[in-house]
Amino acid sequence: MGIYLLKRLLMMIPLLFGITIITFAVIHLAPGEPVEMQVAMNPRVSAEARERLRKFYDLDKPLYVQYGKWVGRLARLDFGRSFAPDGRKVLDKIKERIPITLSLNIIALLLEFGLAVPIGIFAAIRRDTPLDKGITVFVFLGFAVPTFWLALLLMYVFGVKLSWFPISGLHSMGSEGMGTVGWLLDMARHLILPISVATFSSLAGLSRYMRSTMLEVIRQDYITTARAKGLSERTVVFRHALRNALLPVITLLGFSVPGLIGGSVIFETIYAIPGMGQLFYMGVMARDYPLVMGILVIGACLTLVGNLLADVGYALADPRIRTGGAA
Amino acid sequence: MSFRESYFYQVFWARFRGNRFAVAGGITVLCLFLVSFLAHYITPYDPDALDLYHVLMPPSADHWFGTDELGRDVFTRIVFGARISLKVGFVAVGIAVLVGTVIGLVSAYYGGMIDAIFMRFVDIMLCFPTFFLILAVIAILEPSIWYIMIIIGLTGWMGVARLVRAEVLSIRERDYVMAAKSIGASDMRIIFRHVLPNALSPVLVSATLGVAGAILTESALSFLGIGVQPPTPSWGNILTAGKDYIEFAWWLSLFPGLAILVTVLSYNLLGEGIRDALDPRLNR
Repeated sequence: MGIYLLKRLLMMIPLLFGITIITFAVIHLAPGEPVEMQVAMNPRVSAEARERLRKFYDLDKPLYVQYGKWVGRLARLDFGRSFAPDGRKVLDKIKERIPITLSLNIIALLLEFGLAVPIGIFAAIRRDTPLDKGITVFVFLGFAVPTFWLALLLMYVFGVKLSWFPISGLHSMGSEGMGTVGWLLDMARHLILPISVATFSSLAGLSRYMRSTMLEVIRQDYITTARAKGLSERTVVFRHALRNALLPVITLLGFSVPGLIGGSVIFETIYAIPGMGQLFYMGVMARDYPLVMGILVIGACLTLVGNLLADVGYALADPRIRTGGAA
Repeated sequence: MSFRESYFYQVFWARFRGNRFAVAGGITVLCLFLVSFLAHYITPYDPDALDLYHVLMPPSADHWFGTDELGRDVFTRIVFGARISLKVGFVAVGIAVLVGTVIGLVSAYYGGMIDAIFMRFVDIMLCFPTFFLILAVIAILEPSIWYIMIIIGLTGWMGVARLVRAEVLSIRERDYVMAAKSIGASDMRIIFRHVLPNALSPVLVSATLGVAGAILTESALSFLGIGVQPPTPSWGNILTAGKDYIEFAWWLSLFPGLAILVTVLSYNLLGEGIRDALDPRLNR
């Protein structure tokens, strides 16, 4: 296992470099220089101050030098300062928002997993019954619903019409005075709609995938053997089939990380949740390049970590992978 | 057309026709094409004509889907929005398929270092939350429909590349390729005559599903205000207004969303139908 983990970690190094190169390239697609933006907003900046800024961001040097210096700073976790008027460190800005986005997405991921697995199992073992067909219809609708539209509809029905849930933000006015329990409950009420949207957006894909891996497994010889031994259908499905059908789903969970993080832009902007997605959106609109670069790099690294966790989980569950045998 | 081919298409058609959902999806897609080509004949209104006396009117016989905050007919704007969606869907997917096919083909055919480099590049691209990447690039350039189509295409080719690569790797070993080689056919002839045509059917499926994905992405971008810019109507930017007036004008949010839902659903059903008809094993 140790060797497998080491190999897996070494494989991440070229990917990390690739991520920084692409991020750097994307930002340098911009016509003009990033400094122009900062200068344009403040007409009083003198030619001398402009030169100083150019020097500060190393814009007077060739691109590969700029890249080298930037990566050098990244290695020391220095993401630079935001162009926004507050001029705070990009890392600090991201740090205070990551927990919100991450916990939202983890809750959504767990819910998704908790719902998709049983849905997929039941669709598979009751194949071609009305239940399975109903699930298929739901899955296709789930694929086709635009997330932001779903967010709007839920906001209209449960927020505006029924007034069950608040429609924006994380806390109500004056939530500080509610005590810890009240404060938590208040936040939970704010989070129900966004989490539902985040969960629903990839529930369809995961249930469908679970259904097909389950169907695949049920056809294997060892399942026939288990049935032939006279085991109950329950034992066959939940002890013999489920374990094997879950394996590919673990990998899929890892792959769903970029989608979840990307999707957070949408529901965080709609529900005004102060997370990383909203920060990114604001950064993009204000052309706050250091912030945009920082979030791109961190977002991609989170994906790397997600894939790593998925692979490790897979290796733990399936000895064939970690001993390097045929997969 | 050779006998084999014609037999192949007959079987394909018979299977495809037997799938009600796929046929329904296909017909809806055709209708959408008609609607976008005939937009001017379908609706008596001009999509950009303001009518400040009839602002935010609920659906009625005159305005089937109501009017928006500037008195424009929502039905008309949705009909014209279909054009944008189709255009974005097809151009973006065209780019993705072209880039993906070339990279997959070259990777698989030449193997070695080239393959290793291209596939690592695919891995790297897959690390980025696509939506972040698209947002960043568009905001840096400027929101224009051409940039949007190109960027959705350039961030969506990785799946096709992997698919084509896998397909070519397996086709390369088949007997008919060996046979072509043994009679001295050139690399180019083998690639374009024997390998590529046989690798294309999974690409067709992923392209159909890709159109649906591109339409969703465009509408999300337009909704966030960095996609198709008003006054050009797109389903996404009608929904932006829908969000602002959600408390008084539900129709502004409901109908454009339904249009997206139906369109995406149809492309998905069509794509899945094609997949099942090409190879019924895959889905069962």
